[in-house]
Amino acid sequence: MLIPFAVVVFNALKTPAEYTANGPLAPPEGLHLEGIRDFWERVGFGHVLLNSLLISGSVAVLAVLLSVLNAYALGIGRIKGRMWVLVLLLMANTLPQESLVYPLYYLANQLGLYDTRVSVIIVFTVIQSAFGTYLLSSVMSAFPRPLLDAARIDGANRWQILWRVVVPVVRPTLVVMLVFFFIWTWNEFLIPLIFLISNDNQTVSVALGVLQGQRLMDATMSSAAALLGLLPTVVFYLIFQRTLSRGLTAGAIKE
Amino acid sequence: MTTGSSTGRHRLAYLPYLIPGLLLFTGVIGVPFLMNTGTSFTEWAGVGTPTWVGLDNYRELATDGEFWASFRHNALVIVGMAILPTMIGLVLASVLTDLIDRHFGPRAASALRACIYLPQVLPIVIAGIVWSWLLAPENGAVNVLLGAIGLGSLAHDWLGDPATALWSVMGVMVWIQIGFPLVIFMSGLQRVDPSLYEAAEIDGASWAQRFWYVTIPQIRPEIFVVLLWTTIAALKAFPHIFVLTRGGPGGATNVPSYYSYVHFFEKTDVGYGSAIATVLTLTVIALTIVFLRLQGRELGEER
Repeated sequence: MLIPFAVVVFNALKTPAEYTANGPLAPPEGLHLEGIRDFWERVGFGHVLLNSLLISGSVAVLAVLLSVLNAYALGIGRIKGRMWVLVLLLMANTLPQESLVYPLYYLANQLGLYDTRVSVIIVFTVIQSAFGTYLLSSVMSAFPRPLLDAARIDGANRWQILWRVVVPVVRPTLVVMLVFFFIWTWNEFLIPLIFLISNDNQTVSVALGVLQGQRLMDATMSSAAALLGLLPTVVFYLIFQRTLSRGLTAGAIKE
Repeated sequence: MTTGSSTGRHRLAYLPYLIPGLLLFTGVIGVPFLMNTGTSFTEWAGVGTPTWVGLDNYRELATDGEFWASFRHNALVIVGMAILPTMIGLVLASVLTDLIDRHFGPRAASALRACIYLPQVLPIVIAGIVWSWLLAPENGAVNVLLGAIGLGSLAHDWLGDPATALWSVMGVMVWIQIGFPLVIFMSGLQRVDPSLYEAAEIDGASWAQRFWYVTIPQIRPEIFVVLLWTTIAALKAFPHIFVLTRGGPGGATNVPSYYSYVHFFEKTDVGYGSAIATVLTLTVIALTIVFLRLQGRELGEER
């Protein structure tokens, strides 16, 4: 499973001449960072990376907030017809994005939001919060009622109860959601591909995907691109590995 | 919360918290979804006024060989993204918990699990770049490796030959996907009562027998969830195709999700693209219902 990663690292550090001479499997003879630097400059990778961070970070925070509000009404408020709301929301998550993408593209054009990072942030905030609401509602519907009653007796209103009682208790779930939304948004392709056409707004996936589609890259540049593309996620994965597997299993057992 | 009416009022008080979510949902999911369905009954180039053509797009789809081929390809994509990874994931999960964990300790097992899961966190585009480069016809690592071990005659333009393109794509998908079932199954196995295994072992059951008669029945709920989740993901396999093959060569790896994209943004035949997307959506919904039904029946029987 890891061999492809090793091959990528090997070749990202070679010069094109070395690649042609020794082939892709030979270990690099030294540290050559030219390929990486060339690619970095050609794509404006720093900028693209920043876009990805900005979009994924905003979506993660906003989607968690929206999920908290939704789940508060559904899980703790037990609003009538909450089952229907949940089924509807879950549809948003299972629906193929292909059936949303053209109308969204059209609407964004009409609203003057086309080719803006804001448009992508709004769309993914809604899509991610659909799953977040589903997960968080089931966590909140198991919330200890006496805690709520005690807070109410102490004179707290609903808004205060949400932020001072409920949110602190469900914080572990919120952290897991934050991490997942970040990664999911980072990895999204179709909608960012269509919405972010100018180089200034592109995310890592889109910038690399478009370049790859044009098949303009040579072997060492391809591997440099792959290395730069995978490094951020691998680093993120190593930091949040535990959170990720906790979240994954939490989601599965809920079924 | 004493009387029914006060409970009702009490619940209504939470309604404001749902308003932003519902508004955004309507704007981003509800309206676009209805628009797409509506557009599928029209002839529209994306600009100007759509003309209503009723079921024409769907009639055309029914006789569109390329469309049917794309669905057949998607069946293989489901094998590559859902069925094979689930099967491999089951065996690996069992090996890791049953053999590795026991003989080399939980640290070794979880380190291996982390390695196998790693491709799951990569953007699919990046995984695609890595593999299209590994599978390159000239000087690609796979072909060079085949040559090095004396199987040079097998070297191949893996993604460029219509005969092997889809199989190669499936191979890449398996590599990307196995981590997901593995993690779910390993955590599922943790709630299996160890005494079941001990009893089986005392009765002289081999590893394969324990796997078949204990592991699989015990984590059946997880298997259902994983199959549902990965099958839906397989129906939406767009970035894999976009980066690896762009549906080519000669449509050999075309799938409905890519086919609709082509109609939307390359052929600007939006009505037809919408019809494809609608059929895809209906397929996803139908599959979800079938899976949930099966799961419900299963749970009912166990009770």
